[in-house]
Amino acid sequence: MLRERIQSSNYSFIDKLRSIDYLLILLIIAIGSISVFAIYSTEGGKFSFYTKNHIIRLSVFFSLFLVLSFVRVSTWYKNAYLFYIVGLVLLITVLFFGISASGATRWINLYFLNLQPSELMKIAVIICFARYYHRIQSSDIQSYKFLIQPIILLIIPCYLVIQQPDLGTSILIAGSGIAIIWLAGLNIKYFVYSGLLLLVSLPFVISVLKPYQKSRILTFFNPDRDPLGAGYQIIQSKIAIGSGGFFGKGYLKGTQSYLEFLPEKHTDFIFTLFSEEFGFLGSIILLLLYILLIYRIINVGLVSRSFFAKLYCFGFATAIFLYVFVNIAMVLGMLPIVGAPLPIMSYGGSSLLSIMLGLSIVMSCKIYNQEQISVY
Amino acid sequence: MLNRGRNIEKGRVITRRMFILAAAKILLFAGISSRLYNLQISDREKYEILSDKNRIREWKTPPQRGIIVDNFNKVLASNDRVFQLHLILDEINDFDVTIFKIKNIIGLDQFQIKKLYKKKERLKPWDTLVVSDNLTWEQFSKINLYLHELEGAKPVLSTSRFYPYANDLAHIVGYVGDASPKDLEKPEIKENFVPGLKVGKYGIENSQEKMLIGNYGIKRYEVNASGKRISQIDYIKERQGNKVNLTIDIEIQKYAQELLKGKAGSICAMDIYTGEVVTMASSPTYDPNKFTHGINQKDWQEIKNNPLKPLINKSIAGLYSPGSTFKPLVALAALEYGILDPNKTIRCKGHKHPYELYGVKYHCWKKEGHGYMKLRNAIKQSCDIYFYEMARLLGVDKLSIIAKRYGLGTNVLGDLYNDEKNGLVPDTKWKRRALEQSWYLGETVINGIGQGYIQTTPLQLCLMTAQIANGGYKIKPHIIKDESINYKDVINKIKLDQSNFPLHEKNYLDDIKVEFYQRMYHKKSNINFVLDAMFGSTNEQYGTSYKSRYDDPKYQFAGKTGTSQVRRITDLDRELDLDTDQIEYKKRDHALYVAFAPYKDPRYAISVIIEHGGSGSKAAAPLASKLIKRIIDRHKLREQFNNGNTSLA
Repeated sequence: MLRERIQSSNYSFIDKLRSIDYLLILLIIAIGSISVFAIYSTEGGKFSFYTKNHIIRLSVFFSLFLVLSFVRVSTWYKNAYLFYIVGLVLLITVLFFGISASGATRWINLYFLNLQPSELMKIAVIICFARYYHRIQSSDIQSYKFLIQPIILLIIPCYLVIQQPDLGTSILIAGSGIAIIWLAGLNIKYFVYSGLLLLVSLPFVISVLKPYQKSRILTFFNPDRDPLGAGYQIIQSKIAIGSGGFFGKGYLKGTQSYLEFLPEKHTDFIFTLFSEEFGFLGSIILLLLYILLIYRIINVGLVSRSFFAKLYCFGFATAIFLYVFVNIAMVLGMLPIVGAPLPIMSYGGSSLLSIMLGLSIVMSCKIYNQEQISVY
Repeated sequence: MLNRGRNIEKGRVITRRMFILAAAKILLFAGISSRLYNLQISDREKYEILSDKNRIREWKTPPQRGIIVDNFNKVLASNDRVFQLHLILDEINDFDVTIFKIKNIIGLDQFQIKKLYKKKERLKPWDTLVVSDNLTWEQFSKINLYLHELEGAKPVLSTSRFYPYANDLAHIVGYVGDASPKDLEKPEIKENFVPGLKVGKYGIENSQEKMLIGNYGIKRYEVNASGKRISQIDYIKERQGNKVNLTIDIEIQKYAQELLKGKAGSICAMDIYTGEVVTMASSPTYDPNKFTHGINQKDWQEIKNNPLKPLINKSIAGLYSPGSTFKPLVALAALEYGILDPNKTIRCKGHKHPYELYGVKYHCWKKEGHGYMKLRNAIKQSCDIYFYEMARLLGVDKLSIIAKRYGLGTNVLGDLYNDEKNGLVPDTKWKRRALEQSWYLGETVINGIGQGYIQTTPLQLCLMTAQIANGGYKIKPHIIKDESINYKDVINKIKLDQSNFPLHEKNYLDDIKVEFYQRMYHKKSNINFVLDAMFGSTNEQYGTSYKSRYDDPKYQFAGKTGTSQVRRITDLDRELDLDTDQIEYKKRDHALYVAFAPYKDPRYAISVIIEHGGSGSKAAAPLASKLIKRIIDRHKLREQFNNGNTSLA
């Protein structure tokens, strides 16, 4: 009797166009353009492989984003669990048929793209949890019965990703999941307790880490421990950023990257290159663009009626924040090097695909923001 | 209604929690910003210095190439001082202006300038562009005079390959040039390469790259933010390549080239015991020095278009029918297999009554015929009729076993020269496999006089002669001094062996592999018979090379002439019976001669081939005679030098 009907929303096309968040689109285009320039610079100012590929991927995935934005939010809701299951199946596929690079097995060869399912899992967890908490009464949230399920749903993909091994992505998946549990209103004491538990079990956790992960963490605390080995990346990255100064060394003049002192400069260390060439000013502007992006996503959540949309948007905003924060803190030497790309900026198809997919769901929330979704 | 209230409560919780999260995000972003502020503004100077200090750059310095010397340690390939002009690219503001100025000073043409721009395209911005690797002294001093106007220009004193004997050794030593992408795939070059380094392109330079190339040095410089070198901090010195010691005697080589001047052909000589190649001349030749800095178009066209083909190393890459020089081996084979009694008499009746087989006529070279011949005379006077019959009796397969055993049909110097040919010793199996035809007896018959399918290189003929002359022992021919061979031992071993006892193992005449310095003959008397017949050919009246003989036993040699047809002789030709110089050059026969000397206690074997030279006795034997004298004159010196060396080792 208390069932709420899905509001039969006969939005006209004009209505849909009106409710698009154009500022959000503008922000995506802005960050996308900056990323093209940055990747062009990583190739020493030559228009070649990475730049070309990045432009192609950006245009393809941006178009995909625009198209998927018009998918009803209720459709996303209905298929949320399916999304999660597909993600999980792909992760298991990687376990058996994945292709390896530099000691890690993370990709599935799809011929046109090497898909990294762990990147898709980042979004899948958010949408899955948003649906899960959408239907749960606030009074039930604190019960163990409803707590144990999401924890299991979270542990499975995290475990699979750690096996690849990919500590960074695993932490980011866990982070986004925990964020939604937090948003749903789980009592704060659980977070405090589990935080303390983690701290206590830290020595044990470290003992099961892979040697390279351990070395990265130890190196983080003292980069000079091995300045030409594991500490090299952190030291060179800090030198690059620091020597950029207020205005930067100028576009295409980042000597640190140009002389090839920077490793992985087109993926995880793209911010380093950008910061070296555009300085403090450029970095702050880029940071502001990301803050604006997160703000717009939160804003969509605020104007949405359904809990699903709210939870999803807030969760996704937090996820974006986590990606940006972990990446930048990492290249600034504030966090260990764990391998986390900077959203949109970093070269990499799967990461870009998952971000664009996530953004299209946000946009769908915006376009259909008056849509009510039945609890059952 | 209750539900609605709960929902409102749930919405509030979510929003409240979101705001708490947002606050945390702002806090963390503030943390990042302050870290950025710290790095980029407070500590900027520190990181700037670090960034500068960081950029230590390495320059590789090219190693000097190892030298190549002859048997007497005379330098055949050295490193000469050259004047070069380099441009340090990152010290140049306007490349076009600099190039324009340089063009006016040293006089570059449009083609060279285009090439420089192309070269620059491939370089990194801090690399060095070599504008010219071989300036004249005038150009070099002019550059030095205007140096203050040329930013980034660096006059450099460097070394480059120099071949003091130029044309005389081109085919043996080879030459160097710029490394091609294919060269760079070779590990020995890949490991030691420095831009601008010359690498071996042909001959010893090419095959001994590993020895010659050396190791590059490393100079480490500290460079500042704009890429300028501030100071040198480290210098690991380059190591020159190793010396390569050849067995060639440059004096004899020079003389051999001189004898061949104006002709196309080859002269090879080797020690019949040690297998050392003393000379390996090929004519016409070219100047390898021209290739070092890239040969110019005119010189290249001249070499390429020369109809006598200077680029072909005729001693090892020229293939010729051995002609009558093959006869001693045919006789040896027939004797070894016991096919015929050397006293068997065959009558050579001249062109009017040629040898006939299945209706095909086979002529002797001598129009009027040799008359009644026994084997020794048939070798001495080179009677074709006798050999037709002998080859028919012997059969091609047995002949090919002996021919291969004595050094024909496989290349002589292994992989030292990438163009060395294997030649061809035909047999019935080969023909069936390669041509898918069965063997005709007529082919055996002409094979008996060294015509037909058989193909040999001059060096193979030299080796064949050497291995008969040393009494029938297998030797190891080589052109690079082999430290693992004790020459004294080898000579003694062969000289003292010379066993008279026939070998009774029945497979001995089968196609078996013989080890180095082991006997290859069945009966000593057969070898001696052939050697004696060759003596007759040179030193007795009616012998084909009687005119080139020496009576002084010191120089007295024994040999065998050969004339190799380059086309089929028709009845018309026989009728006309033209002199050599009346025939068109391309249609003239090749003249061949093989010999060993001195006859008593022989030590050297020699082969001479003059392309289209006419008859062996007129064109080839006189050259061999002259060279033999020179070789024997220098023998004592060589012996002393080599023994001195061995005792040192």
